[in-house]
Amino acid sequence: MDKAQLDREFSDLYRAHLRDVYSYAYYRVGNHHDAEDLTEQTFLQAYRHYERALRESDGRPLRPWLIRIAHNLAANLYRDRARKPQTPIEDTGALSAMHTTEDLVEGRDELARILVGVKELPDDRREALIMRFALGMDNREIARAMGRTDGATKVLIHRAIKQLEEIVATRGGVS
Amino acid sequence: MSDHAAADIEGLLRQAFKPVEPPESLSMRLETTLQELTDLAAEELESWELRSMRDPRNWVRPVAAAAIGTAAGAGLVVVRVRSQHRKQRKHVQGIELAERTVKAAADEVKRLVDRF
Repeated sequence: MDKAQLDREFSDLYRAHLRDVYSYAYYRVGNHHDAEDLTEQTFLQAYRHYERALRESDGRPLRPWLIRIAHNLAANLYRDRARKPQTPIEDTGALSAMHTTEDLVEGRDELARILVGVKELPDDRREALIMRFALGMDNREIARAMGRTDGATKVLIHRAIKQLEEIVATRGGVS
Repeated sequence: MSDHAAADIEGLLRQAFKPVEPPESLSMRLETTLQELTDLAAEELESWELRSMRDPRNWVRPVAAAAIGTAAGAGLVVVRVRSQHRKQRKHVQGIELAERTVKAAADEVKRLVDRF
């Protein structure tokens, strides 16, 4: 494939999945500022490795690959900030501040309770739910993005939903 | 967990996790950056081809991947410096900003040179 065609295909990929990557980034880091940086870096890194990814994908969709890049970059962001104590506390807090997503549900209490409950889940369960419900990814896509088997992913999502239900029930349930 | 309860939770999750539209400014910035990278990669490739034509050993050597990688790296200098500016903008003005810009660009170029 020549470079011009490669660039055209990457442009298509970018247009098709910008919203997915941004949604993932936003729900992952909890604020627009970091979500923008994460999205930008994800696509730049994707561009650099696109040809190889295309070759190795064997025709499979590349969305899981993009989300995996975003996932790794987000993990790096958390790690870097944890190593820099000079970072203002309020900035660090914003990383896990899913409460900002409550703005999105426009005051609906039960949805806000769900998001607060999601925040309490372990990272891998929370990420799996973001991929499933914010991005509409199926088990196979989530498995590829998270580097797990399809079976392990199915179990992960089942347990995440079960744990979330318990958290919400403990907090007073949903109406 | 009953099937009904699970279905309720899943329904609520679908409503709560609605997709988030990226800001227009992000789309514009990203598209500009990607265009810059594409242009840089094309220039790099042309430049390499001209040089390599003088050496027959390189005539059939595949270079596109390396050219794209180098150009993307150079593009990242622009993006990273710009990103650092955004974070520092509140605290830095005038001459100090210019000094930081030059230093940041130099550091980034040095890092890339070391890598390649």
